[in-house]
Amino acid sequence: MPKVTLLTPINSSLELPLYETLIPAGFPSPAEEYLGDTMDLNDYLIQNKTASFFAKVEGDSMIDAGIFAGDLVVVDKSITACDGCIVIAVVNNEFTIKRLSTKNGIKLMPENKEYQPIVMSGENELLIWGVVTSLIRKF
Amino acid sequence: MIALCDVNNFYVSCERAFNPALWHRPVIVLSNNDGCAVARSSEVKNLGIKMASPLFKIKNLVKQHRIVTLSSNYALYGDMSHRVDDIIAQYSDQIENYSIDECFINFKGHEHLDLVTHCQNLKQQIWQWLSLPVCVGIAPSKTLAKVANHYAKKLKVSGSVLKLDDELQIKQALEYLPVKEIWGVGGQISKHLNELGIITALDLRNSPIKTMRKRFSVVLERTILELRGIPCIAFDADPEKKKQIICSRSFAEKISDLRLLKEAIAYHVSRACVTLRQQQSVAQSITVAIRTNTFNAHDKQHSKAITLQLPQASNQTGDFLSAAQQGLLKLFKKGYGYKKAGIVLNNISDAETVQLDLFSPTHNSNDGLMQVLDDINARFGKGTLRSAQEGFKQAWVMKSDIRTPCYTTKISDAIKV
Repeated sequence: MPKVTLLTPINSSLELPLYETLIPAGFPSPAEEYLGDTMDLNDYLIQNKTASFFAKVEGDSMIDAGIFAGDLVVVDKSITACDGCIVIAVVNNEFTIKRLSTKNGIKLMPENKEYQPIVMSGENELLIWGVVTSLIRKF
Repeated sequence: MIALCDVNNFYVSCERAFNPALWHRPVIVLSNNDGCAVARSSEVKNLGIKMASPLFKIKNLVKQHRIVTLSSNYALYGDMSHRVDDIIAQYSDQIENYSIDECFINFKGHEHLDLVTHCQNLKQQIWQWLSLPVCVGIAPSKTLAKVANHYAKKLKVSGSVLKLDDELQIKQALEYLPVKEIWGVGGQISKHLNELGIITALDLRNSPIKTMRKRFSVVLERTILELRGIPCIAFDADPEKKKQIICSRSFAEKISDLRLLKEAIAYHVSRACVTLRQQQSVAQSITVAIRTNTFNAHDKQHSKAITLQLPQASNQTGDFLSAAQQGLLKLFKKGYGYKKAGIVLNNISDAETVQLDLFSPTHNSNDGLMQVLDDINARFGKGTLRSAQEGFKQAWVMKSDIRTPCYTTKISDAIKV
């Protein structure tokens, strides 16, 4: 059996060796020869490390989008928000996660029928802090 | 051309980036041990609260204006500072970090660019990516770049970028700048200069350079040349190794127990030795200092320092630990409440060029041990493996009662949405 080495994360970079070919079980195959690149979950989840931050989800306003309380999301501040993006916005001096809608006026849409959309008018100023690019959930 | 880019009220701006509730409130960040104001939002500056004001002296203002006071959160500021550096690196390949919140950018070879627009883009990018406000001053020398930055901030220039490059502009800027505001001119020198009738930066720029050099120093001569637009202060992309490593902290409570002082000193020695090894240096002497609370006039005061020489230069934590403990025993007096302890490593040189002492016993090199120690601590967190002398409870650690979460470096501290 090929020996599989799991490298422990150092400096927040989780590296798992990625094998380029399947190795048939039972053959005395020198696995190391096939050891190619490494997989890095940070690379997969985060496009722009300088501009990305994590946020922890609270509440149930986004459950229909599959975002639950306790989930961790990656927020990329370098991306300009557009219609349909899931964003972190600032409403009444607090962060909130919602879907941005720019058709027929600017609205922050919850993904839960129990909640009302937040409509942006002159009084409540909308500030988009960043755009959500991925979600991490541990079981 | 050289630019100086710095983050406005850096520590406060970092706190605000992750807490919208602070956006419209006056904010102060306190020094280690929550003693003094080390960063102030513009509202606080407008109230006349000065840098380094002790908290107990401004308690009434804090209450009256509902100022938010926060402990310093160096994990957050350090991480944000690196992110700022990453962005600046996209705009020039010659960067000199001058402090945690400011850096010089050399645009030599980028003269074809419209530097004002280039730096406005930089400012905009740092604002969008990190929610940090910066100001940029651009000029022919470092000293003038500092001046340009000062005006960019003070005059609230649109786009927060100011370029000073034509003679007339430079003269105007210097005419309204008191000499003590010039980078590298201290309070003492500016007093002397004022006595000679040199009041503004323009006066200094126009002063006879040879006379000033004789009367003061080469340093002031360089400053004058820089004010004339001639760059004299080298651009240092790889700052020199530290010639001195200082580690000290105030205690949360007064300490009169020798055992606790020993722990604190051992902790500082360990930290300093890590820095020493990181820059591949060795040191040959160590200063140990302790003092009582000088702010409290009622307490008995005792403040003393001692410097010990090692038989030969070293970077082994153990060598400095034993020297420091000997020193402490000489300094310590019973019956005093100590408020601060610290150490300084002196006489630092490159590890490769050490003079071995012919008469001292051959040094039992523990390089391998120190390497393992540093590796383990880098991997599993500071202080995982440490000298027992540092103690385990660390009852002396500083107060930071109102520290915000490490939003960017600890997953459990991430912002809540």
